[in-house]
Amino acid sequence: MTIPEANLWGLAAEGGGHEVPVIDPGAASGVFSLMWLVIALPAAGALVLLLGGALFDKAVSRWGHLLGCATVLGSFLVSLAMFVGLLGRDEAERQVGQHLFTWFQAGSLDVGFDLLYDQLSALFLLLITGVGSLIHIYSIGYMEHDPRRRRFFGYLNLFVAAMLMLVLAGNYVGVFLGWEGVGLASYLLIGFWQHKPSAAAAAKKAFVINRVGDIGLSLAIALMFVTFGTTAFSTISEVSGEASESTLNAIGLLLLLAACGKSAQVPLQAWLLDAMEGPTPVSALIHAATMVTAGVYLVVRSNFVFELAPAAQTAVVVVGAVTLLWGAVIGCAKDDIKKALAGSTMSQIGYMMLAAGLGVAGYAFAIFHLLTHGFFKANMFLGAGSVMHGMNDDVDMRHYGGLRTEMRFTFWTFLFGYLAIIGFPGTAGYFSKDKIIEAAFGENIWVGLAALLGAGITAFYMTRVVLMTFFTKPRWEKDVHPHESPLVMTVPLMILGALSLVGGLMMFGWIGDWLAPVVGAEEHHDLPIPVWAIIALTLTVVAIGVGIAWMLVQQREVPREAPQDVSFVTRAARADLYGDAINDTLVVEPGAATVRALTAIDDGVVDGAVEGGALAVAGAGSRLRRLQNGFVRSYALTILGGVLLVALTLMAVTLA
Amino acid sequence: MNIEAYIALSAILFSIGTIGVLTRRNAIVVFMCVELMLNACNLALVAFAKQHGNLDGQVTAFFVMVVAAAEVVVGLAIIMTIFRTRRSASVDDASLLKY
Amino acid sequence: MTAFWILAPVMVLAALGILFVRKAVHAALLLAVVMISLAILYAALEAPFLFAVQIIVYTGAILMLFLFVLMLVGVDASDSVVETIKGQRWLAFLGGALLATLLIVGIAQISLGAVVGLEDANSDGNVQGLANIIFSHYVFAFEVTSALLITAAVGAMVLAHRERLTPKVTQGDLAKQRMRDYAESGKHVGPLPPPGVFARHNAVDTPALLPDGTAAESSVSRVLAARGTVRSAPAEAHHVDEIEAQLHGDLPAADVPADDRPADDREGDEA
Repeated sequence: MTIPEANLWGLAAEGGGHEVPVIDPGAASGVFSLMWLVIALPAAGALVLLLGGALFDKAVSRWGHLLGCATVLGSFLVSLAMFVGLLGRDEAERQVGQHLFTWFQAGSLDVGFDLLYDQLSALFLLLITGVGSLIHIYSIGYMEHDPRRRRFFGYLNLFVAAMLMLVLAGNYVGVFLGWEGVGLASYLLIGFWQHKPSAAAAAKKAFVINRVGDIGLSLAIALMFVTFGTTAFSTISEVSGEASESTLNAIGLLLLLAACGKSAQVPLQAWLLDAMEGPTPVSALIHAATMVTAGVYLVVRSNFVFELAPAAQTAVVVVGAVTLLWGAVIGCAKDDIKKALAGSTMSQIGYMMLAAGLGVAGYAFAIFHLLTHGFFKANMFLGAGSVMHGMNDDVDMRHYGGLRTEMRFTFWTFLFGYLAIIGFPGTAGYFSKDKIIEAAFGENIWVGLAALLGAGITAFYMTRVVLMTFFTKPRWEKDVHPHESPLVMTVPLMILGALSLVGGLMMFGWIGDWLAPVVGAEEHHDLPIPVWAIIALTLTVVAIGVGIAWMLVQQREVPREAPQDVSFVTRAARADLYGDAINDTLVVEPGAATVRALTAIDDGVVDGAVEGGALAVAGAGSRLRRLQNGFVRSYALTILGGVLLVALTLMAVTLA
Repeated sequence: MNIEAYIALSAILFSIGTIGVLTRRNAIVVFMCVELMLNACNLALVAFAKQHGNLDGQVTAFFVMVVAAAEVVVGLAIIMTIFRTRRSASVDDASLLKY
Repeated sequence: MTAFWILAPVMVLAALGILFVRKAVHAALLLAVVMISLAILYAALEAPFLFAVQIIVYTGAILMLFLFVLMLVGVDASDSVVETIKGQRWLAFLGGALLATLLIVGIAQISLGAVVGLEDANSDGNVQGLANIIFSHYVFAFEVTSALLITAAVGAMVLAHRERLTPKVTQGDLAKQRMRDYAESGKHVGPLPPPGVFARHNAVDTPALLPDGTAAESSVSRVLAARGTVRSAPAEAHHVDEIEAQLHGDLPAADVPADDRPADDREGDEA
């Protein structure tokens, strides 16, 4: 992977002002030579479950779910071993590359099937395989009664393999492979219950909106190849300083478009809420821990582009700030527990994008928050699944209430997740989110205020969810008998709950230094407000949010039917802030109108020309056929005419 | 002695035969006019044979006669067949194959 | 050239006649004039073999074939002179005139030079010269011509052939049919009665007399009856009496108009 002369360019870039960390992986040896197994195991699992299942359905169905869990667990073990191996290495040698084979070669384009394992990938690998394993195990219980569980696990494995491909790839084409694989797998999983028209529509919507983002990624890759002549991270990180700022801005904006699609950021956010139609473990896996984080990963991984593209960075910040408020507002109005959590996810990803847009000051915190969010959001999604499992798959929180005594494990684990997300001191979210708010204030006072406001709204809607579900009076349907879920579902909850509590503490101390070789070291900068003031301010805002929720939900009767005479803001939030309406007005309807116009033109002009031509020919034919009158003498006369013509021509030519 | 007069006569006879083919309706007379055209050609061939001093023209005229004989046999048989079914020897009556 | 200048107008006139005569037979005769004239012109052009072939094959065989077919179709049939296709006639004449003009003008534009003549080529005799060429240089064309003639003959036979659709009627069948007719409709079985025959002449136009003295209608041909030339037996008998009296010198012969009498009557007179 190392190109000798690339080092010279790297030196030149260092001399040329802005410095970006250069990716320079060493050869894979020892435990790192097993790197390919991380992807290959789930991929093989998917292959066996999907193809083998088609041939030996009964046999594979019997142990298919176990195989699905085993492959991801195997991946997790390999990842863990590699992580330990990485810890044992010097900081300078913590980037490992593996060249598997040459993927394709065309002209000067030479794309290898390269893997890159560095500090960033290591964390992602642990998150994906770790949380993924827990979700797989949880799914054994959740999908127990589904006749197509074997297929479900096949899709899950496929998804995990694609996601691992995405974060392990050593060049953008490899990322694109994983990116598209994730898109496909999410389509299959969201539409897993495709007998429900809403699920099928949601899957289609997710797929189509993701395609918009994919255009951004493919164009960015093309532009990078044109600019740098390669798509490998290592080379681009070395020579990115050579390119003009406008080119880098263009690449950055295209990458941002891709990230918006995959991470459900405004303006491509509309698919995420509908995607809750999939089974709940899917929501946990795709929409909390892994898939939506791909956009953040892409931005952080491309730091060598964004660092040199200030306009694109600003755009990332704006998108992140808008989305974190957008998602939070939606989360406040939703009665569907999964949709409330989905709004929350959108909002939290907004935090990460915001942090990623802040540059060196924020990359590490973006990843930090991404990891803690992966823990507590997976925890809460699985908890929501557990609640639904006990409530006959009812998702309306207005039909819940007082469940804390009925589902003790679920309640406590959910509570830990809740504390983490609102940033209760000491929990995971406290460390990660406060750091982002701090960094936001360091960037711009308005961005900081937006992040602060988001924290307050988050506290409000999460308190609302917890109160409506586990506190207040029971408002259950008649035939519902809430019960705790089986151990296979609660054990993953407990592990995730524990991580929600202590995950922040575990990583707080070292994650910044750990990631520094990849994303750059944080420079010291002065904040307009002292750090302790920001922390106090944040906690105050959170407390206000919790208090408002307490007054509005706990102190009042929760109606079983959603009240209709509500304010404009609530109505807008219930309608996802008119995201679909905006899409319809700006894209779908003009598109449909264009198509209608084109159809009219096709019918009128094109068909008219074609049919008119045919009619003209037919009309001419029906007149000309009168010449074919059946009289031999007439035909002979025309022959004479031909003879005369030829003779006259010959004569004219000869005599002329 | 030159042959231009023969050639002119041949041209006139050929044209008269052409007009006959186009104007007469009795199939047999039409056929006769075709024979007239063939004979006109033969006259030109024989005249040119004399002009050039070799017998190739005469041989060709001879072959034309042979072919004409074969043609007349078949043609008249066809006319007979048509006459047998339609009771008419007019070429205009056999005009069903049309638009 | 004398022959040419005499024959050329004749040929042109005859050819034009073919265009305008209404009866096909006249057209055939006019065509014969043209062909025989052509034969003479061939002789004048030092082509004695073609002269013979023109007379024998064309005038003798082909034209006779035309006449045979004309007889089969109907000698009397004459064309209608009304043109049915609009514009056909004057376009044809215009085209033909234009063609003739074009050809003659075209010929006038070239100069052929001196006539070589066939004295050398015909030095061994015209037929020998032709045979030399036909059986050497043109032998393949000659053989192909033979195939063409065979094909034409077979084709003509196929076209003229009529499939027998019913079984052939034998004499026995005819006899049975006759007896059946007699049984069903009382039709006379035997031959029809012969016409009345007077001793004086072979009178096929005079019906036989039945025993009751009436004339038997079926004894004379229907054709004669249709022409109205059947004589009645009593009138004939009276006529015979008169002639007998004449012979005996009782009455003058001038009483009987000569035209009224049949030919063999007059023969009888002379005898």
